[in-house]
Amino acid sequence: MAIIDYRVEDGVAILTWNDQDRPMNVLSGDALAELGTGVERAVADDAVKGIILTSGKPGIFVAGGDLQQIEQLGSGAIDPAALLERTSAVLDQLRRMETCGKPVVAALNGVTLGGGYEIALACHRRILVNERHALVGLPEAGLGLMPGAGGTQRLPRLIGVQGALGLIMRGAQLAAQEALSKGLVDELVEPEELIPAAKKWIHEVGTATQPWDDKRYDVPGGGSGSVTFAQTMMGSNAMTHANTYGNMPSQKAILQSVYEGLGLPMDRAGKVETRQFIRVLRDPTARSMLRTLFFSLQACQKGARRPKDVPRFDVKKVGVLGAGLMGQGIAHVSAKAGIDVVLVDRDLASAQRGKDMVAKTLDRRLQKARTTPERVEAILGRIHPTEDYDDLKGCDVVVEAVFEDRDLKAKVTRAADERLGDEAIFASNTSGLPITELAKASSRPRSFIGLHFFSPVERMQMVEIVVGDETSQETLAKAWDYILQIKKAGIVVNDSPGFYTSRVFGTFISEGNHLLVEGVKPSLIENAANAAGMPMPPLGISDQVGLGTMYRVAKQAEKDARAAGKSWEPSPAQAIIASLIEDHDRWGAHPPPKEDGTPRVPGGFYDYDEGAKQLWPELGSAMSRWIEPTGEQPDPVVLRRRYLFVQCLEAVRCLEEGVITDVRDGDVGVIMAVGFPAFTGGPFTYIDNYGVAAFVRDAEALSTQYGERFEPPRILRQMAADGRTFYGV
Amino acid sequence: MTDCFIYDAVRTPRGKGRKKDGALADATPLHLARTVLEALPERARFESKEIEDVIFGCVEPVGEQGANVGRMAALMAGYDEAVPGLQLNRFCSSGLEAVNIGAAKVKAGDADLIVAGGVESMSRISMGASGGAWSADPELAWSTSFVPQGISADLIATKYGHSRSDVDSFAVESQRRAAAAWEHRYFDESIVAVKDAIGVTMLDCDEHMRPGTTLADLAQLQPSFEMMGRNFGFDAVAIQKHPDVEQIKHVHHAGNSSGIVDGAAAVLLGSREAGRRLGLQPRARIVRSVTVGTEPCIMLTGPAPASKKALAKAGMQASDIDLWEINEAFASVCLLFMEEMGIDHSATNVNGGAIAFGHPLGATGAMLIGTLLDELERKDLGTGLVSLCVGAGMGTSTIIERV
Repeated sequence: MAIIDYRVEDGVAILTWNDQDRPMNVLSGDALAELGTGVERAVADDAVKGIILTSGKPGIFVAGGDLQQIEQLGSGAIDPAALLERTSAVLDQLRRMETCGKPVVAALNGVTLGGGYEIALACHRRILVNERHALVGLPEAGLGLMPGAGGTQRLPRLIGVQGALGLIMRGAQLAAQEALSKGLVDELVEPEELIPAAKKWIHEVGTATQPWDDKRYDVPGGGSGSVTFAQTMMGSNAMTHANTYGNMPSQKAILQSVYEGLGLPMDRAGKVETRQFIRVLRDPTARSMLRTLFFSLQACQKGARRPKDVPRFDVKKVGVLGAGLMGQGIAHVSAKAGIDVVLVDRDLASAQRGKDMVAKTLDRRLQKARTTPERVEAILGRIHPTEDYDDLKGCDVVVEAVFEDRDLKAKVTRAADERLGDEAIFASNTSGLPITELAKASSRPRSFIGLHFFSPVERMQMVEIVVGDETSQETLAKAWDYILQIKKAGIVVNDSPGFYTSRVFGTFISEGNHLLVEGVKPSLIENAANAAGMPMPPLGISDQVGLGTMYRVAKQAEKDARAAGKSWEPSPAQAIIASLIEDHDRWGAHPPPKEDGTPRVPGGFYDYDEGAKQLWPELGSAMSRWIEPTGEQPDPVVLRRRYLFVQCLEAVRCLEEGVITDVRDGDVGVIMAVGFPAFTGGPFTYIDNYGVAAFVRDAEALSTQYGERFEPPRILRQMAADGRTFYGV
Repeated sequence: MTDCFIYDAVRTPRGKGRKKDGALADATPLHLARTVLEALPERARFESKEIEDVIFGCVEPVGEQGANVGRMAALMAGYDEAVPGLQLNRFCSSGLEAVNIGAAKVKAGDADLIVAGGVESMSRISMGASGGAWSADPELAWSTSFVPQGISADLIATKYGHSRSDVDSFAVESQRRAAAAWEHRYFDESIVAVKDAIGVTMLDCDEHMRPGTTLADLAQLQPSFEMMGRNFGFDAVAIQKHPDVEQIKHVHHAGNSSGIVDGAAAVLLGSREAGRRLGLQPRARIVRSVTVGTEPCIMLTGPAPASKKALAKAGMQASDIDLWEINEAFASVCLLFMEEMGIDHSATNVNGGAIAFGHPLGATGAMLIGTLLDELERKDLGTGLVSLCVGAGMGTSTIIERV
């Protein structure tokens, strides 16, 4: 057999899964067929008392299903009846294994996830190696999928509905100890004890019946007729509905599968799961999420778009200019990756404060036992706060994270430049100032690039790599090497004000302002954004970002306009923000202190009171000058569409202008960086799934009613006319 | 079409629905039902075999009150074996729906004499005992944004601007009116005391009332549904369905919501001909009855649309109704009903309601028919309307007219 090796030892058949064609074992039709053959051979051999199923891949039992196959399956037309038959065959095989009459032990030598764990669930005993990498669980939900090989049926029957739902719904991957304590495995052993322990169990216990096939069996904690089950379902329905806004079909499908299947015998329960599994596959959500958040993200994590012919650049020392929030984060993640960090600020005290904040962040992690004192010490030991630019000598990369002020940026760029070697690159962490402009301050513009990190840097994986007109391919490659070294994922964008992700996100905030001016109730503005899948609503975000920032941007625009001899009229939204600050002294959730240093009370679009917040009740009346009188409130469905469309359209404009050149980058970038709804698979995938022609038609309707920002760009019209899609032809 | 008349209406007093100290907790639901069923032929002196059906509402028809409590109660009451029985469930308006269906049979000419009513022993069979798919089946729970009723009541208060003081004031008034009605013995003719197996009286007066309740007393009570709404996602689900609401203000508590009680009621319905034959005096005519469905998440807004539809079908207007009974499931339901109907509290629930008396789910609708009819007679008024909000987004209304 090509995938599963069969041998008999001490009266036990040992089936060793070792897929020679793949780096990992994955659940596939071929593998299952061989598993079936192996089981039958063992059953037929009277000398064999039991079966051990294990893997020949070091540290990995079976890593899951074949995601490539699932994505392809989801992308084509699905014949539900045919697929039901095919998938049922998988379940039948596992069912045959657990009822074959001989005890089957899953000897799990490492990672046992997804389909791998579902196979283990169909065994009579699960023994796992007690090792750090040995993760166990059903992670499908994390990718918008659900278990499809009996996981939603066997796990609740094994450990109880409440526990199982909790794990399946969040796609949990448990470490060995937790897997044991929660009942996912029966025993932990040292690696060398794995096969002996399995043999021992077969010879000394050797139960060949699953608990759920026992006539007296009841589901732990209560079965389908019980009050606890009804309560668990009620609570899970409400919580999941609340948290997903109904945007995640797989979450509902998992619940449905458990609800309908729990009371059935296992042979029939599997089919209930399969129906829901196919339903999930037929919905665009799962395959969209899979493509973007697995395959495309993986490419960004591996630097697939790094120029190939440049040798790898090993970053040993990084300079960070500016010890504010972003500088601290960049210093932290660099030091964590083993890179020495020079943290520069205008004086030593400021630089030290930056390092102290990193220490504080690490301390919180320590409190939660997410790190060790030794690691904290090592990370902090690598960060050298200083006011002296001479300390930058020998840096491979310098990242500038000072205030968004062109003159200041130019000053620190020149100061750093003088001290850097020829091989070093200089990166600006500007969130939107054009890189080509900023590079003019540098004596080496070819080594100048943009690295747009997102806050909080420790948690946000995405970095926008901004290529200026002068930036060399070598610099781009080095920038890639740096961000991969600090375990970030990157997308490459071309220079343009606001780059890519901020431009898209800006349209979302601005749409919220449009709605406010149109007289839409603030609660509706916010709730519709949540329902659209945005992690924070627009008015709430504005408060968090700080109204002062937007206020200054508008003031700057006014100054620029006047300087150019043009007239200036603030938009109603700008006028509202100006009024909040000038007339009501409301600066947002984290206001700057007053001139005399006394703190301001937090408050902007919202009032804040000890962690609770409420929309400012006077907002409508105080701003009535700029708010249009309204008749009826709009349909929330239209608001949701406006939020998504306005961002998608900006993404398409970025593609049209060449700011981004790859729709995969475009999809991953805004989901990972600025919280574009993950369930859509990204703006380009959203348009594809919506139907390009339908999208153009509906965008035109929005444009007529709400303004030109909804006007479909030329390339989109052309695609609609040609019947093309972003990912297809 | 034949007219349908109300010949009599009786009810048990309502006992606290608590096993440890409720006066009727040691009476089975069948015993409660028997108490009212026995009273009707006895009071009017006719043979039980004249009755052509016993239609009984019951909201948790399981266990002791399961398996067709209508037939079981008829047998228990010693009715002739020829008298069939039926149990129905329209949730909180079951007792009224029993009357409506009974009336429809009479009007259609299929039956001449019907006993319609309901029973609920909430101390012995707890709320939710019959389970059901609404909250549990994801398909249904998600598509209809299921939330428990208390959350819906708080959503109504939030959406329609009923403050805590508004709902508490309504509750205080309900207690005041209920106490006054008992003090003046307005209910004497219709209450049948519950006696035990050896003839000793178990309860002869509504037990749940708290006369003298003040606003200050109610201000002490914690909202009942706040924890559930915030911690289990129900507030968020309700807001997703009603996105104009920023956050739900939880104003309802045990003191301004209907009480959990035990009780039974029965109404004798019949054609003019049956009354003549048995020498019965008709007290009122069933004019029109309607049940409607409404948005299930906010759930409890059915009474006004049902009442408007019933009035329209009867060719009447709200101003044609002399007295109103709206079941006091939650104070906000009544406030909204009065606002939407454009009616005054002075003509509504004039002798108090379920906030004071309690709401024995399956029986209440039939009880309200009796309460309304007694008061129309006492005040010598003509028309009345009974309405109840109903789970899963429904409302039932019935118009009666004295003859």
